[in-house]
Parts: sequence; structure tokens; C-alpha cells
Amino acid sequence: MVMDREEKVKKLNEHKEKVNQIFQPINFCEILDKTIQMNPEEIISEVTESGLRGRGGAGFPTGLKWKFASEQDSDVKYIIANADEGEPGTFKDRQILEEQAEKMFVGMALCARAIGAKEGFIYLRAEYNYLKPDLEARLEKFHGCLKDKGLEFAISIRSGSGAYVCGEETSLIESMEGKRGEPRNKPPYPISNGYLGQPTVVNNVETLVYTAMIIHMGHEQFKALGTKDSRGAKVFSVSGDADVEGIYELELGMTIQEFVDLFGDGDTKAVQVGGSSGFCVPRKKFGETIIGFEGVPTGGSMMLFNSSRSMYHVLHNYLEFFCEESCGQCTPCRVGSQQLLKGIEAIKKGDKPASYLEELKKLAETMRISSKCGLGQSIPNPFLSIVENFREEIIF
Amino acid sequence: MSPTAELVKRTVERHGTQRESLLPILQDIVKAQHYLTDEAMVEVANLLDLSAAEVYGTASFYTFLDLKPRGENIIRICKTITCYMKGKDEIIKAIEDRLKIKLGETTSDGKFSFLAANCIGWCHEGPAMLINDKVYTKLTPKKAIDAINEYYD
Repeated sequence: MVMDREEKVKKLNEHKEKVNQIFQPINFCEILDKTIQMNPEEIISEVTESGLRGRGGAGFPTGLKWKFASEQDSDVKYIIANADEGEPGTFKDRQILEEQAEKMFVGMALCARAIGAKEGFIYLRAEYNYLKPDLEARLEKFHGCLKDKGLEFAISIRSGSGAYVCGEETSLIESMEGKRGEPRNKPPYPISNGYLGQPTVVNNVETLVYTAMIIHMGHEQFKALGTKDSRGAKVFSVSGDADVEGIYELELGMTIQEFVDLFGDGDTKAVQVGGSSGFCVPRKKFGETIIGFEGVPTGGSMMLFNSSRSMYHVLHNYLEFFCEESCGQCTPCRVGSQQLLKGIEAIKKGDKPASYLEELKKLAETMRISSKCGLGQSIPNPFLSIVENFREEIIF
Repeated sequence: MSPTAELVKRTVERHGTQRESLLPILQDIVKAQHYLTDEAMVEVANLLDLSAAEVYGTASFYTFLDLKPRGENIIRICKTITCYMKGKDEIIKAIEDRLKIKLGETTSDGKFSFLAANCIGWCHEGPAMLINDKVYTKLTPKKAIDAINEYYD
């Protein structure tokens, strides 16, 4: 069933009426008033009850993260908003920061109250430096509002310098400490040993905005959307061969088929869910694949490819990206990403037989279990899902 | 005191000598000089009481902290698959012809460096590029050249 553009826009508006939480204008000072009346336990329980899981991609339960950090015995704690949105195909945090930065500030203030932090940071990727003057102006107003209400909390902005891996929370912290952005060994986790060795919560921009909305509207309303494993809605960045590209907030738990009906151009052959580090879903699996933690988890990047696209080319582009962005600290990721790239090039050229692909798949499995951080561990996601579903395109 | 040493001194005074200030310091120096000279890195190391190798090691990790001489303005064109699908190769060709340099090079007058970047977060409005901190989207060859011409008065 192919809808024309007009029908799609109509359908998308229906979705928007149903969901619309992130981009809905609210009075942030009012939520702050509510925050003051709640004690830390109440805030944490509200966020926990909502079932909210981290929106950056990894999906750790937000309430639990706040609870662990609140239990740490330390006078100094930090909250960091992860605005290092580097995953190819993701651009929703940029729009949230442009339009609803105050909601994120409120989310940070909520977390600060819940865990007992007095200082917060926004780690903003260098590619978004142009947002900084506006964010600073809005922060100044927000700080004024905090001061009026007698809340002791301040937020400052730190810039990244063009490293994808710094979206990983321990790399981000290393970078904030003025070091190479190389991931740390875990445990200990940032909730006990984070920025400058102090308990630190690192949350994605969108996650923080949802915490503000949960306090604003109550956890029941948030929980009413989504599925058992994936509560609530989520902001999606839609790009590629789609006639209605852009940023959309949708309920979690849709199938890829429903998604493609809404966004695709009628000839969609594959959807890359979760960006370069996510999974490629081929047409034959659209109907059975759910967008959410029970199916394909995603930080929101959805790239659509129609049948005119070469999946070899897509995979090649992703692997080049990983070769550049691997921090180089651990061997499986540094060497593995290069070997996967060289490997598919050699098969394509005919320098290696098609059976060499099996060797590369084993290498990818090894990378999954032996890489130090999420970057290296997730390179096998696009590699295996593209190679297994589009084997002919990779070989011939 | 050389101009670089003076710049470093002023920048360090503004941010402080703690290790957490290293990145903001290096970012500000790059903003002023377009890249990090060896002299600047050694000066920073002295003032922050770090080894020069430590400063170099940190700086060389980050793409936006250039160690090679760069032009006054830096163009970073997105090379992610979605921008490719929208025709970024055509844009690269147009910019190369306009500036008479290849991707990765700097013009002889030192006005522009032309680099490729990983996803800059405008996939739905590709092809996209940054010139310094300013973003240009939905590029056509003409729009790209007009954007560059803004920097030649």
C-alpha cells in the first residue's frame, strides 16, 4: 500500500496529536515549582515507574541510573547532558536543543535534585557549535528562574572536538577531563566514579526532556504509550529515500512495515535502524520487526534505502566511518574495522573468494565479544545484518 | 614574547591551569590560529605543567583540533551515506573547481581548507556542509559556491 505525500502528512499529523510530548511548549518554571515540592525519592520513583529507558541507544533504565547515583555517599556529584549526537543519521537532539532546550535544563535540574548534584554540564558536539550562543542566552534566563526559587544548581556548556566515540559516556568524561576521549574500563561505572572521580549521571538530551515531561504529566500518561519493554514515545530522525524526511516523535512498538508505509517511497528495500552502529532490516523482515527494545533498539536514526541503492556501498561507507572513528585503544576494534573494510573490498575485486566472507563474519563475532566499548562491540551489527541479508550485493 | 606565546598565555589565564581546561584552551587557540602549532602546544604544556607529549597526544585525538596548517576558513562537507545519496560528490566537484584545490587541501592564499567530515546532523536536508561554525544545507553546486563567495569580499 503506497500512500501519496498528502495522505502521509495527514497520518503523521494524527500521530503527532496522539504523542506530541517533546516539542509541546510548556512553562518550565511551573515544572520547577513542582520539583521543589517533591523529595528526591518521589522524583526517582516517578521516573522509575514510567519505565523510561535511555534514549541515546543503549536503553539503560533512567530511574535506576538516578537511584544508583543517589545512593552514592559523596558531597560532590554531577549531571551531564550528552549532546554529542554523532551517530550517522541522527539529528533529533539538535532540533530538541534548538526548540526545547529549557525542557532539557529542567530534566537536568530534576536529576540534580534526585541525586544531590549542584553542578551540571552540557557536552555539545563541535559540529553544533552554532547552537552555543543561543543555549547560553537561554541558560542565563534559566539560572535566573532557579535563583528566584532558591534552587542551588548551575549548568555550563563544554564543547567536543569532533570525536564520535565521545558519545560513549566514559569517553565523554575523559574528554571533559581534558584527555584523549578513550573509553574507560567498566566497572566502575560513572554513577560511582565519573567526572573527576565523583558520582556522575550521563543522560542523553532526549532522555532528560522526557524526565521533565514525566514529572509534568505524571508517569501514567507516559507509560500509556509504547509496549511492555519499550514504554513511551521516541523521537526519530528519518532520512534517505523517504518523501517525508525529518524529525518525528512516534510511539514505540511500531513494526518496520508500518514505519515504511508512513515514510518510504514505495520501493524501500532496507531500513538501517539505529545509524551506522545499528541493524539493517531487509524488506522480507519488515512485518515481523518491532521498533523498540524487544526488536531493533534505536537511538532514533532511521535511514531508508530503495532498490536503486547498493548495499555494498552502504556497508563500505559505514566501515570507512568506523575505521576513522575507532579510538584505536583496543585491538579488536582498531584492527578489526580495517580488516572488515579491506576484506569486503578484496572480495568485490575478486582478490579473495566469496567464502572469505565467512572468515570476516567470524572476525565480526570476535569484535563483538572482545572490544572494550560499545563502538567496537556494535560494528558487527551493520556488518552482519547487511552481509547476511544482502550477500549477493557484497560479493558481485 | 612571540604572538603565539602571548595568545596561549591569555587563553590559559581565561580558563585556568587545571587539566579539565586543556580542551577549552586548545579549542580557543585553534579558533584564533586555525590550527595548533608545535610552539603553541609546548607553551600550553609549560603553563599547565604537563609534558608536551601529553598535550600533543590529547590534541591529535580530536579531528577539530588540527595539527596541520589550515586556512582561515574551514569547509567540512558531510560524507555520510545519506548526504552521498543526495549528491555530495557533485558538490565536492563544484567546490574543488571553485577553489582550485582537491578535498583535503588548503588554497594557496590561505583563505580556505576543504575537508570531509563524518555526519554533521543534517541528513534530512543533505547535502550539508559547515564553513567554520555555520551550517549550509540542501546544497546545490550553485548554493555551495555562493556560500564560499560570502567569504571573499
